[in-house]
Amino acid sequence: MSEIDPRISAPEPPEEAASSGTLIASIALKQRAGGIVVPVMTAVLAFLIGGAVVAATGHNPLLAYRDIFNGAGLNWIFHPTTNIANTAAYNLSQTLLQTTTLILTGLAVAFAFRCGMFNIGGQGQYFVGLIVANWVGYDFQHMAPLPHILLAIFAATLAGAFWAGIAGFLKATVGAHEVISTIMLNWIAIWVGEWLFGDGGPLQNAADKTIPISNDVAASAQLPVFWGVQALQGLDIGFFVAIAALVAFYLILNRTTLGYEVRAVGFNPEAAAYGGINVKKNLVRAMGISGAFAGLAGAIDMLGYLYHFGVSDIPASNVGFLGIAVALLGRNTAVGTGLGALLFGALLFGTTHGLSSSTIQPELAGNLTYIIQGLIVLFVGADVLILYVWNSRKRLRPQAKAMAA
Amino acid sequence: MSEWTQRLENPVSARLRDPAVSGYAGIVLGVFAGFLAIPPIEARTNTWPVLVGVVAVVLGIWTVTRGRRRLGWGAVAAGIIGAALGILATHSGTGNLEAVFNASLVAQTFAAATPLVFGALAGMFSERSGVVNIGLEGMMLMGAFWGVYGADKGGTWVVGLAVGMLSGGLLALVYAWFAIHLRADQIVGGTAVNFLALGITGYFFFQIYHGNYVPQGVSTIPNVHIPGLSSAGFLGPAIGNLNLLIWVGFATVIVSYIVIFKTPIGLRIRACGEHPRAADTVGINVFLVRYGCVVLSGLLAAAGGVYLSDGFGGGTFNDNMTEGRGFIALAAMIFGNWRPFGAFGAAVLFGFSSAVALRLQVYSASASTLFNVLPYVLTLIAVAGVIGRTVPPAADGKPYAKQ
Repeated sequence: MSEIDPRISAPEPPEEAASSGTLIASIALKQRAGGIVVPVMTAVLAFLIGGAVVAATGHNPLLAYRDIFNGAGLNWIFHPTTNIANTAAYNLSQTLLQTTTLILTGLAVAFAFRCGMFNIGGQGQYFVGLIVANWVGYDFQHMAPLPHILLAIFAATLAGAFWAGIAGFLKATVGAHEVISTIMLNWIAIWVGEWLFGDGGPLQNAADKTIPISNDVAASAQLPVFWGVQALQGLDIGFFVAIAALVAFYLILNRTTLGYEVRAVGFNPEAAAYGGINVKKNLVRAMGISGAFAGLAGAIDMLGYLYHFGVSDIPASNVGFLGIAVALLGRNTAVGTGLGALLFGALLFGTTHGLSSSTIQPELAGNLTYIIQGLIVLFVGADVLILYVWNSRKRLRPQAKAMAA
Repeated sequence: MSEWTQRLENPVSARLRDPAVSGYAGIVLGVFAGFLAIPPIEARTNTWPVLVGVVAVVLGIWTVTRGRRRLGWGAVAAGIIGAALGILATHSGTGNLEAVFNASLVAQTFAAATPLVFGALAGMFSERSGVVNIGLEGMMLMGAFWGVYGADKGGTWVVGLAVGMLSGGLLALVYAWFAIHLRADQIVGGTAVNFLALGITGYFFFQIYHGNYVPQGVSTIPNVHIPGLSSAGFLGPAIGNLNLLIWVGFATVIVSYIVIFKTPIGLRIRACGEHPRAADTVGINVFLVRYGCVVLSGLLAAAGGVYLSDGFGGGTFNDNMTEGRGFIALAAMIFGNWRPFGAFGAAVLFGFSSAVALRLQVYSASASTLFNVLPYVLTLIAVAGVIGRTVPPAADGKPYAKQ
């Protein structure tokens, strides 16, 4: 017997049956569809269901989505201007600021995925990056800007790599599941952050000991802003760092021996080991690089526009978790992650600070983002469902033709 | 007859040399080393905690050399931690110590542990049947909001508990369909469940209550007054006035143990988690068992959530109310090695550490953080296999395809 579920395959012709069941068939279909259909349909389906929730609670979904679109500054494309006084231009700059972070946290998840691991600890690695960038950015006063920025970024990236590397090391040496260890490392990072920035903590603001907030990084460590005004949280050059990271991700994975080994281990560890690849070394290495992306995200955020971080900001931040949705929607590729980050960056800013709407309040829209995010992750995890919907469309077509004739 | 001869051939001295005895003795002594410095004993010098801690470590090492590695390292860790805590405690004032360690700490420990107990048992049922459930956090959050909603609109906490548990069960059913029928990656699916629950509860909380708090006077889950105990010195404040769901939680642990290990249903559940193909061969409906366990998991996790909002919280809700308790519950289940009593013990330990952390906040932020981090560090050590390897069910997380 093949792997096909007999109940599904029995009434259908073999060709159709294969596409709704076996893995090989589903991959073949994905290739036929160009690889873009499934992510796009996933997003469309998630937005449709999200719209249904909005409609069911008495709001007009079309108006709500239009306002979110404008809130994210995406209407900028209809009248492009670089004048930041224009609302659309300002909103777009803020969306791109979020996109920058999400590209990096998305790459963190994607890189581990390509090695067959699920790095759910992007949030913790991001926090570790934030903390170290803040420490280096504040404590190392009187440095020239360029070395200061480079030192802070390097230290934070290394810290992120180390934090994820723990999970990689535990997986390689004792076989501890990376999902469990990264979840634990997340919460350790969160509590350590609360302690460091909290009342009486070592990194708490020196000026006012009553508020649990960190010091501001020195001016020499702040990234230059190229679109907008620094005081109004303009778009900093970290955006280009993120774009460079996308290119680096592609080159490392597809053009280097390291990337080849990482992908080989991701495809099939046993086969990779048989082919002479050191699987354990690659697990640690891939996890380290994955954490480096997340740590870099923390550094870019801290030096780019946050400058300081408070205890109350910790639970509000979930860019590390959003990175999971970004990477999954982007099918763990460089281009896909970039596009996924833009979508979620737009959702993140367009549903909260950027939103001015009489249809839907930011509190509702912000939670709508979580619903859409959850649905996208749910559907991406189940290709079979999306493929089934895609197939039934094909199946309906001959019937429609027959009816028309 | 043979049992008697065995006992005669195995005198007390020989049984004392059994490494298991020395291991457990080491753990007890380690815990005792920490307790020496806190009320009611309150040793004021370092000597006693250190001395007892060292004895615990020695016993632990001896146990390790006799082959019981897990138990031995446990005793070593207990000795070191106990001695360290003892030294820390002798350096603080007795007044502060009495304010932190008293009978009501026991009540607070159980209060903090109850959501974890329900969550850990929920995770255990799901994973014993072979479905990883990292969506516990989301299912708990659903229970927290819809529980208080049901209590508010339905007028009584009974309705609240029912509605809350159903909401968790419903979310679990959706997850089960994706994880079992569509064979989606279970980690990805669980992550999605957490996002979905965060969005759904936040959205409807604002939609229904317009960003305000849940109105005052919602029917809450009552406490159980034990009449005879209220006058008894220690037990009165400790367990004389606990919430009903805390007792239900204790009972659920015992029932879960019996169901999992002593009934045919439990055997089927475990078979599906260890070797689904073999279970299928002998006529067990793997899909049905897994669906049942995942939905039960949602119901239980949501019960923990209802306790949080309508029991412990006194009929309130706020965005993301569970604050990671689902993940601590997951940790407790792993730390308890996928067993009901193990999970219960871990949940109480983690509840204790967060109750202590809450009380220490006033005196020392760093010590408070230490106790907050403890569950995660201990679980990390446990999965790393330093104190014995934790062993998940063999088919945990692997979707099953019928042949």
